[in-house]
Amino acid sequence: MQLIDESALDDITVGSTVLGSGGGGDPYVGQLLARDAIRRFGPVRLVDLDEVPDDANLVFIAGIGAPGVLIEKLPRAVEYERVLQQLERFTGTTYEYVCPAEAGGLNAVTPFATAAARGVPVVDADGMGRAFPYLELVTPTLYGGAATPMVMVDEHGNTMFLECESNAWSEAYARAAVLASGANAAMALYPMTGAQAKERLVRGALGLAQELGRAIQQARRNHTSPVDAVLQSRKGVRLFTGKVEEVERRNERGWTIGTAVLSGIDDDRASTMTIHFQNENLAAERDGAVVATSPDLIMAMEMDSGTPIPAEEIRYGYRVAVIGLPADPHWRTAAGIEIAGPRRFGYEIDYRPVEESTA
Amino acid sequence: MLRLGVDAGETNTDAALLDDGRAGSSSVLAVAKTRTTEDVSSGMLRAIGMLPAGAARQAAAVMLGTTHFSNALRRASDLQPTAVIRFGPPSTRSLPPFVDWPEQLVGLLGGHGYLCPGGHEFDGRAVAGFDTGRLRELVARAVSDGARAIAVSAVFSPIDPEFETRAADVIAEEAPGVQVSLSHEIGRVGLLGRENATALNAALMAYADEVVTGLERRLRDAGVAAPLYLSQNDGTLMDIDYARRYPVATLGTGAANSMRGAGFLTGLDSCTVIDVGGTSTDVGLLDGGFPSEVPHDVTVAGVRTNFRMPGVLSIGVGGETTGDTQGSDAQDYLARRCADAVQRVRSGSEALPVVVVGGAGHLVPDTMVGVPTVTRPPHAAVANAIGAAVAKVGGEVDRVVSLDSQLRAHTLAEARREAVDRAVAAGARPGSVSVVAAEEIPMTYQPGRATRIRVKAVGDLSVGGRDA
Repeated sequence: MQLIDESALDDITVGSTVLGSGGGGDPYVGQLLARDAIRRFGPVRLVDLDEVPDDANLVFIAGIGAPGVLIEKLPRAVEYERVLQQLERFTGTTYEYVCPAEAGGLNAVTPFATAAARGVPVVDADGMGRAFPYLELVTPTLYGGAATPMVMVDEHGNTMFLECESNAWSEAYARAAVLASGANAAMALYPMTGAQAKERLVRGALGLAQELGRAIQQARRNHTSPVDAVLQSRKGVRLFTGKVEEVERRNERGWTIGTAVLSGIDDDRASTMTIHFQNENLAAERDGAVVATSPDLIMAMEMDSGTPIPAEEIRYGYRVAVIGLPADPHWRTAAGIEIAGPRRFGYEIDYRPVEESTA
Repeated sequence: MLRLGVDAGETNTDAALLDDGRAGSSSVLAVAKTRTTEDVSSGMLRAIGMLPAGAARQAAAVMLGTTHFSNALRRASDLQPTAVIRFGPPSTRSLPPFVDWPEQLVGLLGGHGYLCPGGHEFDGRAVAGFDTGRLRELVARAVSDGARAIAVSAVFSPIDPEFETRAADVIAEEAPGVQVSLSHEIGRVGLLGRENATALNAALMAYADEVVTGLERRLRDAGVAAPLYLSQNDGTLMDIDYARRYPVATLGTGAANSMRGAGFLTGLDSCTVIDVGGTSTDVGLLDGGFPSEVPHDVTVAGVRTNFRMPGVLSIGVGGETTGDTQGSDAQDYLARRCADAVQRVRSGSEALPVVVVGGAGHLVPDTMVGVPTVTRPPHAAVANAIGAAVAKVGGEVDRVVSLDSQLRAHTLAEARREAVDRAVAAGARPGSVSVVAAEEIPMTYQPGRATRIRVKAVGDLSVGGRDA
């Protein structure tokens, strides 16, 4: 058990931007919200999954919407406090623990706003080990876990109670609702027992974010490479070093879809890389050959500061290191690859672990 | 025409007189270097005074790269009490104005933030009606709480600035002596970063007026009657009326000027620039004639803002300070740190030449590990003053539009026209303005093809009036 104070929150925020895999939304505003909650209510307990009793009740907390709206509308504490209360009203169940749905990006820290206000611990785990664009892409789905009953609360005073036939339907309904309300809302979803959580979740996701955050901050202080620090920490692979030459981006059905083409620098100077994204980076090709795909994490990082550059920010002239980090083992199972592998996103190729393709 | 450029660094203030009828270093007619003074202005006047008498008086324009405003922020001085009025509720309440600011600065400005229902949704719908009565009450409270300046922000004002512009009118009626800064004119999408930048700007406005008026008067007294311009952090110029309203645009000009000066002296559009000054060495990248920008938010005086600043690596070693090291060790240390910084800034791209400028450029050796030959142009010691002198005038548009309801081509053309208009408003000669950068960024997860458009236009300085 660890007590998360402002300084630990800072490390988690920095690390979660790496796990965002090109998306996940700007964690800074989430961090401010969580920090304010910690200042008002005190530090939050972060517990290992093994400390959660089998029969305890646990639920994911996450913000849903558009990163580009979040940085203007800003998240509000009251929605993150209400969302758990409203779910308890809906289900008649009390939830003793909350947990991130995704530890990549803003949603690594939004659960702390709920936890602080309610006096419940946060579990050191998540449903992705990264960020994904669809809410059904969480490890509970692989085990038949249901996203609903779930609750969404927005800033206009609306609450939506939802029960859906499948997690794909939950995503469809939730997405339609959040767009109607202005693309910025809080959710409590995937209620589960402690036993189910132990079976299904990505263990230590927040601890991982914290470790990555510390490694990056340390590297910055020492003027050593934050990118190398991340690679070492996660046994990741440097896929490419280059300058962005061209970015093509378009909106389709509510996602930001496109490609970034990079020309190589140094050892990669005779090569080009293409990164394909749909909010998050989902595939990377080097000289026409695929070298990394979802579910593995692909990130473009600014070389000096190690700051990850999200897909919606990347543009001509940026000099970045493109890295691949292995996905959590849950995603590398047949079931995991079926829902989160390249074919799921329209790339007609087979999944290969990122550490093999550059061997 | 003759251009007089002056740039104040941490240690030294440089001046250069150029004949823009000639190219590169042969255009440099005279240079001067003197110690930077604490008030900055005196050093600038002295440097100008060191140029051949009569030459400075013949200058058709004077361009100044100042540090007055970055000093004010760093020292937490010369900042006026400033309130923030934000149109945001029902959203944004949890993160009010001044959240995450350093205490000292909050204390100086007063730290009073006032929220008023309003702003826009991402698709352009107003969140609430404009409540004039409520705003009048808030303005009265801000003034009685001590505000001399008000920064106005509104959610999604880059899409629709209506709340901000109407608020400016109301404030002008209610509190005519109060200076106003509007967020959509200062920063880009990202409420807190934009609002923070606007508050810093408003806090500097009284000082800006004092500085600019003082410089104008002192130059006139010295017989220099040419129009005065200030450098902006993107390597372009602004005239003094613009500078009075947007002092925050001067933050980071030193780096921009020395990079552009290096480019001008060598004729290189793209290069890595090492600027060795008295107290520190800065390494940056000139890309297509302009300084390469940091691709994320920048913290200024402990406040998170969304200016676009030149990306520069600073090494704490210069001509007069060697940090913890001594003698020739210091030079080795500098050489190693420079070689390393060059790698980090341009990421090892072999094609880019390295240009060394600055008063202590001789400390950088001709050969460094991993660095191809090093170029030292004539007049490198005053590259920053030269960069100030040769700067162009720019205008920028950064807003979110919905491409569903408007024709794409029409919307883009409109944005380009507006960027050109802004360049002219900043002092560019109308016929010379061209768009140097244009990009579209669709916004994630949103229907209606909400797209962020950024357009930058630059042109040659128009001297002696804004006649078409």
